[in-house]
Amino acid sequence: MALSEASEKSWDEPADRAAAGPLSSRKRPLAPPYVGRIARRPQQPPVPLSLAPGAVELTGPVFGTADVSPSDADLTRQHGGEPLGERITVGGRVLDGRGRPVRGQLVELWQANAAGRYRNRLDRHAAPLDPNFTGAGRALTDDEGRYRFTTVRPGAYPFPSAVHPNAWRPPHLHFSVFGSAFTQRLVTQMYFPGDPLLPYDPIWNSVPDARARERLVAVYDPELNEPEWSLGYRWDIVLDGPDATWTEEGR
Amino acid sequence: MTLPATPAQTIGPFHGTALPFPGGADLAPAGHPQTVTVHGRVLDGDGAPVPDALLEFWQAAPDGSLTGAPGSLRRDGGVFTGFARVPTGGDGRYALRTLVPGGAPYLALCLMVPGLVRHLFTRVYFRFPEGDPLLAALPPDRRATLLAAPEPGPHRSYRFDVRLRGTAETVFLRFGPARP
Ligand SMILES: [Fe+3]
Repeated sequence: MALSEASEKSWDEPADRAAAGPLSSRKRPLAPPYVGRIARRPQQPPVPLSLAPGAVELTGPVFGTADVSPSDADLTRQHGGEPLGERITVGGRVLDGRGRPVRGQLVELWQANAAGRYRNRLDRHAAPLDPNFTGAGRALTDDEGRYRFTTVRPGAYPFPSAVHPNAWRPPHLHFSVFGSAFTQRLVTQMYFPGDPLLPYDPIWNSVPDARARERLVAVYDPELNEPEWSLGYRWDIVLDGPDATWTEEGR
Repeated sequence: MTLPATPAQTIGPFHGTALPFPGGADLAPAGHPQTVTVHGRVLDGDGAPVPDALLEFWQAAPDGSLTGAPGSLRRDGGVFTGFARVPTGGDGRYALRTLVPGGAPYLALCLMVPGLVRHLFTRVYFRFPEGDPLLAALPPDRRATLLAAPEPGPHRSYRFDVRLRGTAETVFLRFGPARP
């Protein structure tokens, strides 16, 4: 786990406006939302800025085959042997708010192994590392905005704090996505459908709007299954500028 | 059609083995005579350094073009791609080697910090141009947080600290309704 997260005691601290917004919830969260480390959270509200045509942030970096090889999207083939765990295929489309595909852009994925352990110096969870699993992958979206990864289903891992000494993170994939504009940059997490840990997860609950939280949950899609090889999960990502969360709060 | 956006989540503490890449900070082509260094620290509200934060820079080329180029993740040392990704070390320090942009004289900066629920945007100005709408809207003391300070010495180097909270808190941005 996440000792560095656990040591923050962040849930003891009052939630800020974004974290404590009105819940239009169909599912009541069973855990207080993660509000992060107070000392790192800006006190001043972000300064609103309407970007004029030509502004730097209305464009963004471009990536191509010089950056990503097709094999980078298969996390099960990065070592001499096969990783342990249930093989999954995760795919979907990256779209902008108008439903247009985001083409040729970079999607990055990182995750714990099947036992719930990251190959990372900060992870001290007493679960085994897998010598055949690093847990990082990259893909480019195609002309329809589609991405696709092959990996293993990550395990849950403990995420204790003073308020929740026995909390666990539900299995999740971390995603980093670029849009056609730098304003669309997105870092987020994908969850698995039907997970009983979700309502108890402070991180999932840090998204104040219940419908928005649901958009972080993939659907099982047999069309994405690779026959007799992997289970398919579909997860579409919609980039709508950087302020999706704050916008929803006002609704 | 309007699709509701996918919400952001914390980057968490474990991205370090996935996102940083070799040469991420070397935006200037190798040996370029106009190379400048932008360096500084990411600090929290107590003045403590923030390790394992990730700074992503996007900028115009010296000729002002914003087209960028592929190749950031596997740099060949010859192409200016416009994009850099720089993690902070244990002391909260980062250093970017780049070229001063043409046109609008700033770097767009996206900052991802463990312990924050979402990423932050700001700008790094090499100078304050006349008529810049953002700068015009800020009081002078807040405006100053966006300026990379030139440092004395033979090397062209600029200091830019990010203060996440408290005294001299960096101005962070929220982009308005304008869409690409
Ligand atoms: Fe995680």
